[in-house]
Amino acid sequence: MQIVACIKQVPDTTQVQIDPVTNTLVREGIPFIVNPYDTHALETALRLADDLHGRVTAISMGPLNAEATLRRALALGVDRAVLLSDRAFGGADTLATSNVLAAAIRRLNEEDEVGIVLCGKQTIDGDTAQVGPGIATRLGWSQLTLVDRIVNIDLEGRRIRVRRKLEGRHEIVEAPLPVTITVVREINRPRYPTVPMRLLSRERQIEVWDNRVLKIDVRTIGLKGSPTWVSRIFSPQRDMGELIGDGATDPAGAAKLLVEKLLSKDLISL
Amino acid sequence: MNQQLAFALLTLLAAAAFCVLTWRRLSLVRFGKPENRLDHFGRRAWDMLLYAFGQKRVLARPFGVNHFVIFWSFLILLIANSEFIVSGLLPDISLRLLPDYLRGPLLLMFDVVSLLALIAIVLAVVRRLLFKLDTKYVKRRSVEAFLILAFIGLLMVAYFGIHGSEIARGQEPLKGWMPISSLVAQFSGDGAYESWFWWLHAVVLCSFLVFLPISKHMHIMTAIPNSFFARLEKPNTQPREEFAAGNTYGAGKVSDFTWKDLLDSFSCTECGRCQEACPATATNKALNPRQVIHSVKMNLMANAAALESGQEPQVPLIGPEGEATNSIEAIWACTTCGACMESCPVLIEHMPKIIKMRRNLVEMKSEFPDELLNLFENMEQRSNPWGIAPTERTKWHTTMEVKDYVAGETEYLFYIGCAGTFDARQKAVTVAIATVLNIAGVSWGVLGKEEKCCGDSARRLGNEFLFDQMARENVELFTARKVTKVIAACPHCLNTLKNDYRQYGLELEVVHHSELLARLLTEGKIKPTRQVTALGQVLYHDSCYLGRHNGIYDEPRRAIAAVTGAKPVEAARNRENAFCCGAGGGRMWMEEGVGERINVARVGEAIEALGTDPSTVCVACPYCLTMFEDGLKDRDVATIRVMDVAEVVAESLRPVL
Repeated sequence: MQIVACIKQVPDTTQVQIDPVTNTLVREGIPFIVNPYDTHALETALRLADDLHGRVTAISMGPLNAEATLRRALALGVDRAVLLSDRAFGGADTLATSNVLAAAIRRLNEEDEVGIVLCGKQTIDGDTAQVGPGIATRLGWSQLTLVDRIVNIDLEGRRIRVRRKLEGRHEIVEAPLPVTITVVREINRPRYPTVPMRLLSRERQIEVWDNRVLKIDVRTIGLKGSPTWVSRIFSPQRDMGELIGDGATDPAGAAKLLVEKLLSKDLISL
Repeated sequence: MNQQLAFALLTLLAAAAFCVLTWRRLSLVRFGKPENRLDHFGRRAWDMLLYAFGQKRVLARPFGVNHFVIFWSFLILLIANSEFIVSGLLPDISLRLLPDYLRGPLLLMFDVVSLLALIAIVLAVVRRLLFKLDTKYVKRRSVEAFLILAFIGLLMVAYFGIHGSEIARGQEPLKGWMPISSLVAQFSGDGAYESWFWWLHAVVLCSFLVFLPISKHMHIMTAIPNSFFARLEKPNTQPREEFAAGNTYGAGKVSDFTWKDLLDSFSCTECGRCQEACPATATNKALNPRQVIHSVKMNLMANAAALESGQEPQVPLIGPEGEATNSIEAIWACTTCGACMESCPVLIEHMPKIIKMRRNLVEMKSEFPDELLNLFENMEQRSNPWGIAPTERTKWHTTMEVKDYVAGETEYLFYIGCAGTFDARQKAVTVAIATVLNIAGVSWGVLGKEEKCCGDSARRLGNEFLFDQMARENVELFTARKVTKVIAACPHCLNTLKNDYRQYGLELEVVHHSELLARLLTEGKIKPTRQVTALGQVLYHDSCYLGRHNGIYDEPRRAIAAVTGAKPVEAARNRENAFCCGAGGGRMWMEEGVGERINVARVGEAIEALGTDPSTVCVACPYCLTMFEDGLKDRDVATIRVMDVAEVVAESLRPVL
């Protein structure tokens, strides 16, 4: 069985700043990293492949320099890495992105049956959490999101059971294969590449598929295929705070006032 | 004639056994990797004289005198024992051929040292009975240890027995030179037991010869060459690795060590000084440096057959706890403080072996404590251990004007270091240093957002691949900016810039801020406006990477004394013997779940020295600062505060109101 891990190269958002004049991200000199959630998806794929004696293919849509992300995936042990890169893919929103990724997965599926597609729950740059479910929808497969544990896989019955991490509770759900899964960080601790694997990954081939390979209708990809667009990026204004009491001379009074205010706003309870 | 023949047979057998057994053990060293330890012949010869023959390290502890006596008695009595064997085989050849004026003093010397050795042996037995220093596999009170002492003791007894009898029978014209033997003669009757003593001496001597190469006492053959081959520098840097396809990294099996590592294991006589100095052992961690060396020896011998037949070693070097194995927990418990190596009388190199095993775990197997994953990723992606954005590197100086380093215009690069940049408490130290430097009129500048992490933790944690990457980047940056003189606030940065980067061809003049402050105070460039008295007694805690690894002990003390008017208080263990704070070797970034915490133990020593009056622990390292502050909170002590040397100096510069 082939397992596909979708990974994305993202700017290190802790280092991104917004240009106050143009309201756009200042990306100059900002290093790129593998989307942290995707490292967990990759790890899940590698572990599943070990258990199921499967093969892992890592795919990534992005500019040619996104190759570094796939190289990292090779160092971690994926069997194949495919970069989906074409000017026509540029400027895509989540819909257009999922169209490209789904097309690539279909193509991979023609060569070797794909049983499971893994994605991070979201990327740290867009934070939409839409691409994983988008892929599932385009492929017409089940989607299992926010997974923090693979409970079991029944290859003969072609079913998978996972645990989803929701707010304040867990949910165990089951779905037929093939399936698209998005994972949360709690699912595992990603591995670290060994030095021999790192060195080996430098020599390995990364396939580049453009739209001549994928042959997707250009109206459904890139900027043209994107019904959403960003009109403005800005940092929200923070509401002014309020000084409570005189802590310097009357700490007990100030504390009392604070507790009352928090109680009245239902932020704490007795 | 029969006696002669019997003795010849005995010595021949013993000598043959000795040669075979010695060869079988020592020849295993050939399975180690090559390493050049033949350079600087003069310095090596001097070290051998000083440490092996001069017993410098042995004498560093009071009981070492006892060993000194035994060692030198052994050397002197080699002459007597050689005579014993030669004249046993060829009775016509003996020291009696020498003129009396030569033989007389020799006999006096033999008599005296034999007595001294006998006394030393008795003391050694008593010490072993009174003080236990045992671990699971290595014991001070072992049969082996007592057997060795018994052999030496019996040789002395036999010596006096033989010569006492000779005197009693009137066969020793030079008895006047032999006061102790003469005394024994009075109790020897007609000396009829001479041949008994003679055979006792012969049998014990031969047994000892055979026992030597199969016991820990083998050190009498290996310790002297080991001192010659010892590393000449302090253990402040680790060897580089070459990253190329097909290479393996670190030590995952015993044959990954170098021949010198293997020779080390045969040079250890399990005295236990490293064990007593080790902060991990003292706080009940799995690590015991004595056991590390013992495990290398046991592993090598257990795998001897496999190695000799060209196979891979079967007994694992790293694995579940065992006599010939190092546990994962032990390998990660090391703070690389170097106390073990500082204490070893025969200059064994423990810590580099631990780092070699770490390298294998990290680089070949990606096996390391969970906490380190984030650390490695942070260092690799954001070039600091916390993973804070590099763009924040200039935020520490929002309250003061700081210039960029410009070659030719600025004298010193002030390398702030990650802790000084990002750690809230250490940021105050950075500001204190910067302020004092400005007052003293020192020309300095920073790299600002371009500054990168030095990579110390990566190297000490065995992630040499990552360190190599970081070192290359820094060397390139320093070269491009034409940096030659650096002030470092962190001893780990100092050590890496000064000693590690040298391997990359970058020679920097790196000075720790405490050194610079001491110099500026001496030169009168810093003029204290007041004497610092408000801090109470000030205890100085030695940072391992400043002290043991770089020999900077006096400067911080001098700076403190200059502004407080008093020599700093010392902890019971200080300077070369100082006890680590617990954060070196990358331990700063790891949990410490087993046993007592090292920083809490060290804080205990500080409290003992300082008492209950309000007082101050003065440190010179950001890790020590964190570890002491945490340790004091842990012990719930509010009377002691922790300050950096620069902060203490800054106190003396506050304007008098």
